[in-house]
Parts: sequence; structure tokens; C-alpha cells
Amino acid sequence: MSTYAQKKGVGAVIWDYLTTVDHKKIAILYLIAGGFFFILGGLEAMVIRIQLAIPDNNFVSAGFYNEVLTMHGTTMIFLAAMPLLFAFMNAIVPLQIGARDVAFPFLNSLGFWLFFFGGVFLNLSWFLGGAPDAGWTSYASLSLASEGHGIDFYALGLQISGAGTLIAGINFLVTIINMRAPGMTYMRMPLFTWTTFVASALILFAFPALTVGLFFMMFDRLFGSNFFDHTMGGNTVIWEHLFWIFGHPEVYILVLPAFGIFSDIISTFSRKRLFGYSSMVFATVLIGFLGFMVWAHHMFTTGLGPIANAIFAVATMAIAVPTGIKIFNWLFTMWGGSIKFTTPMMYAVAFVPSFVAGGVTGVMLAVAAADYQYHDTYFVVAHFHYVIIGGVVLSLLAGTHYYWPKMFGTMLDEFLGKITFWLFLIGFHLTFFIQHFLGLMGMPRRIFTFLPNQGLEIGNLVSTIGAFFMAVAVIVLLWNIVITSVKNVKVGNDPWGDGRTLEWAISSPPPFYNFKQLPLVRGLDAYWIEKMEGKKEMTPAEPLGDIHMPNSSFIPFMISLGLFIAAFGAMYRVDYAWGLPVLVVGMAITLLSMLVRSIKDDHGFHIHKEDLIDDKDKGGKA
Amino acid sequence: MANQQPTTGNPKVDIEYRRKKNAEEMRYQVVTFTLMIFLTLIAFAAVGFGDLSKWFTVPFILLLAVVQVIFQLYYFMHMSHKGHEAPALFLYSGALVGFVTVLAFVTIVWW
Repeated sequence: MSTYAQKKGVGAVIWDYLTTVDHKKIAILYLIAGGFFFILGGLEAMVIRIQLAIPDNNFVSAGFYNEVLTMHGTTMIFLAAMPLLFAFMNAIVPLQIGARDVAFPFLNSLGFWLFFFGGVFLNLSWFLGGAPDAGWTSYASLSLASEGHGIDFYALGLQISGAGTLIAGINFLVTIINMRAPGMTYMRMPLFTWTTFVASALILFAFPALTVGLFFMMFDRLFGSNFFDHTMGGNTVIWEHLFWIFGHPEVYILVLPAFGIFSDIISTFSRKRLFGYSSMVFATVLIGFLGFMVWAHHMFTTGLGPIANAIFAVATMAIAVPTGIKIFNWLFTMWGGSIKFTTPMMYAVAFVPSFVAGGVTGVMLAVAAADYQYHDTYFVVAHFHYVIIGGVVLSLLAGTHYYWPKMFGTMLDEFLGKITFWLFLIGFHLTFFIQHFLGLMGMPRRIFTFLPNQGLEIGNLVSTIGAFFMAVAVIVLLWNIVITSVKNVKVGNDPWGDGRTLEWAISSPPPFYNFKQLPLVRGLDAYWIEKMEGKKEMTPAEPLGDIHMPNSSFIPFMISLGLFIAAFGAMYRVDYAWGLPVLVVGMAITLLSMLVRSIKDDHGFHIHKEDLIDDKDKGGKA
Repeated sequence: MANQQPTTGNPKVDIEYRRKKNAEEMRYQVVTFTLMIFLTLIAFAAVGFGDLSKWFTVPFILLLAVVQVIFQLYYFMHMSHKGHEAPALFLYSGALVGFVTVLAFVTIVWW
């Protein structure tokens, strides 16, 4: 392989991306696929809001509304928010710790393709007889009664994409534990790396619960078992527990990396070291730990009894403490800093009060006795949209602007970025703030329409208008991306001018082997330390040598494709005779691909030292 | 790590020290192995002899099992050696999450 840039045809580029194991290209794949599903989920949200704009609306039917509502939640959580976070993790974390790539590049690719095929499978349900319609939580007593194949699409699609997520999580754990550059101790890792680490640990422990739950669901629906059927000795509440043992850590899996992105942005644009770094790390770990002790607060009204409810209520409120530590640390980082209001920083500043609002309603919901009132109303809808949009989506938009130059080598337009920001922020609060009051007035969740003259008209209309603001904001962002890509003005290593961490010490986008020589890390904010001593680049920690790189591979695509085909077979087996052979063929493709991977040695290739030396390096420096 | 084979041609490897370390380790393993057999016998005895109520026997055997797992991890799988902090952390976190899950299922799911 040559290190020189070559002009390639469209086919060659597509083949390159289908087979790539490079973390930077996989990041771009995650960004494109996650962005696509984000827009899809956004369109579903618009359908929901248009239907609820006026009372007694018949824009969509009740059945279709259930499908749209279910797919909006499922798509946004599993197929948009997580992959978009994985996009930034893949693009940035290996650079932040000065690694060549992630620990298992092949598995990284496999994780992406499993997620992608799982997502495509789930969304094909729209064209194949109806989408899942039992809510994103898919509670068993409802979903087992659901007709058609919607819920089968849900169970099989999430099973496949969940395997991809688990693989990605393990990959980041191993990468962060084993592949830090010399001098990069745990307590010198940037906060985004730390939060990725803790979120990956949560993935490792939480996703098996989902896998088990989905297997039970799949066997109940397709293979005649009775795990959730109480008339046959099963228990429908098992699904709820398994789902929330996964589901609650899942919200921390989403929000912790978001905290990490904002921590890095706030310290960069306040041009200060992050206030209370070690307490930030401590709070991150503590949130991750407590995240596993609180799942039953989603089930207060299931009838767990007062003792269980009290325990889970207190544990839930305890999470406000480490989160509060974080909020104050962000404020103190900004306090006295020389703040530069770039687009990412504006998102970060807006995030703090928005997320606090979501957190406060969270503590309100944690009061078990009061939850009997809030339960299943729009108050809950407002709460989780405040934490997920106010926390996760704002961080994704901020991260898009902040990391875009590192991923693509061009700067998104700041003026358009600020327009996106204001439209989105105003739209977000307009849509969801009033839903608190709709909920307190008694509007239930998940209803497809409401009656006039119950005091709900104006609130719902305002909410719908806000949703249109957010839609316009996303269109402006897309326009921004298009014109930035067309202009294609390349930028240098550190386009924001205030980069503190290692990713800004390397060119944008980085060469495919990342750092030519692993950098020597001398403290927290490694690049900032070098800058303060008047240096332009990192001190290398090793002499220039050959670099070992993995070969590209088409096998991950084939393994995932096999499971995709097998899922169709498993589902249609109950209706058609051809289902079983398709299941067998799909599994055969997967297993044969795995066999090929196991028996064929793939040692990768070396980039030789001679190819890495350029004029600048003749003196032997990095 | 003490369980590494001495690599050839490296003059820094102190084979005498290695040998002593290995002998010491072997002794611990034999002692642990004996203890584990002894614990197993106690477990059988708890069920076989004496009229102990099952409210004593079941937790007692579970406790013995936990002790055996710890022996297994530390003396046979070398978790007592240096450099195993991260695996230990993840093992204990995983065990805790598993324990809480099982505890919830036996206390509040099947009430």
C-alpha cells in the first residue's frame, strides 16, 4: 500500500469503505448511517407532532401512529444517538490517547456492519407489512399480542445491532486500557476518553440483559416458548426488568459521552484546564456505578411494593449528587475563563441549564409516591426529551461542529452553525417545555389524538410549532455540510486555535497510520503543555520505525449480511416453507465467513520507515 | 510476571529467583487445592449429615462456592499477581451487577 494520495473512482471509494478497518473511516460510516437514521427518526417525530397539532386530527390513523411512535423512539435511541456517539468515539478516542487504531480493527468494522444491517432490517418493516407498534419499550403483554411481524422485526433487528454495539463497547475498553501512548496515565486521559471508557463498561454489563430479553421475546413469538405468558407459567414482568436493567444504563451510555464532549469543548473554549478534573472522573465512574442500581424506577407503578420502590427512589435521587458535581465543575471551568463563543461553545453553554431542567424533573419523577401522578403522562415525555435532547443531541450537534475539521479537514460555516444553534435551541424549548404542563394537566403519553375543549389545544399547537423550528435547524445544518464540502477549504492541525488534547496535535484529517511516532504525554491536556512551552508539536516517545497496519477485509460485511438474511428466514419460517432454508443459508454465510477469518492468516502489512521519512524529518525529529 | 518462561539469551533473567518463586507458587497451589477439596467435603456433609434446615444449608453452600471461586481466581488463575487490577475491577463490577440482577429476580419479580 502506498502512502501517497491517489485519485480513485467512485467504485474504488465505495469498495474502500465497505472493507475498511480504519477507525477514522469507520467513524465516517457511523456518522453517515447515524445521521441518516437521525433524519428518519426526525421525520417520524414530525409526523407525531403534525398529528397532535390540533384536536381530533386524522393526519394518520391510530394504528399507523403507534408504528410511527414506536419507530421514532427505537430509531432515535438505537440507530441515531448511539451510532453518532460511536462516530465521535471512533474518530477521536484513538487520537486522544495517541493510539494507532482501536485494539481490534476487524471487530470495529464488524460492529459497524452489524449495527447497520440491524438498523436496515428494522426499518424494512415499513415496507413488509407494518412496523413494530408496542412502543420502544415493547412491554411483553402488549408486544406478544401484536399482530403481523412488526415486533419480530424489532426483536431480530435490535438483536443484530445490539451485538454490534456490544462488540464496539468491548473494543473501546481494550483500546483504552491497553493502547495509551507513553505517559498517558489514567488520570491524564481527556474527559471524552474517560466517559467513553465508562460508557463502554456500561455497554459490556447492560447489553447482555437486552440480549437475553430479546431472545426470550424472539422465542416466545417465533419458536413457541412461553417466557412471558402468565397463562403458561411465564411472567410478563420479567421482560420489564430485563429491558430496564439494560434500559437505564443505556441512558448513561448515551449521556456520559455527551458529558465528555462538552467537558472537552468547555475547557477548550474557556481556555482553562477543566475545573476539578479528578472529581469529574470520580463523578463519571460513580454515575456509571449507580446507573445499575436504579432500573426499577421505570416500574414504580408495576406493583413492586413500597420497600422496593423506596430503595430505588433513594438510589435514583443519589445520582443527582455526582451529576451536580459535574454541573458545578463546568460552571467553574467557565468562571474566570477567557471564553470564546464558537458554535460548539454555544451548544455547551445552552446544554448546562437545559440538562439541569431535565435533571430536576428526573428527581421529581424519582419520588415514587408522586410518580403515580406523573406516570404515563406528557410530563415524562418532557422529562426524557429534556435529558436526551438537552444532553445527548445538543452534544452531538456540538461535536459535529467541534470535530468536523478533525474528521474531514474542513470547517463548518460558523454563521450557519449559529443559526442552526438558535433555531434548534428555541425549537427544543418551545416543543418540550410546554409538555411538562400538558402532562400535569393530564394528557397521557402515546395517544394518537385528543379531544377539543380540554385545555390541551394551545399547548400541543405550540409544541408542534417548536418541532418545525428544530426541523429547519437540521435542514440548515445539512445545507452547511453541503456548502462546506463543496468549498472544501482545508484547515491545519488545530483549526480552533485552542486545542488542548492530543487529537489537535495531528493533521486534519490524520494520516491513516495516525501519529508517525507515538507522542510522549507529559500531563493532562498534553498538547496544551507543549504549546505553553513554545513547541509546535508533540515530543516523540520512540524513534521512527516501521508501522504495522491491518489489512482491509470484506469479511465483516459478509458476517453481518448472513445474519441479516438469517433474520428474514427466522421470521418468515412461521408463514412460509422457504423460511427455514433461508435461515440455514443465512447462518451458513455467517459461519463460513467466520471460518474463513479463523483459518486464513492475515498478518497485515508494514509501512516502512523509508516511506515515512520526509524532508522535515531528516534531523530525526517527529 | 512470575509465570513467564525464562527467555533464552537474556542475561538479566535470574533463574534461581524464578525457580524459588515457582516453588513457592506450587506450594500455595497445593495448599489451596487441599482446602478446596476440604470445603467440598464440608458442603457434602452439610447436606448429608445432620438435620440442618435448608435456610442454613443453601446460603452456607453458596458461601463455600464463593470462597472456592476466589481461590480459583487468585491461586490458579494468577489474579494475585501484579498487573491484574483492570481485570479484577471488571470481574467484581460484573459480579456485582449479576448479583443485583439475581437478587432482584428472586425478591421482587416472583413475589
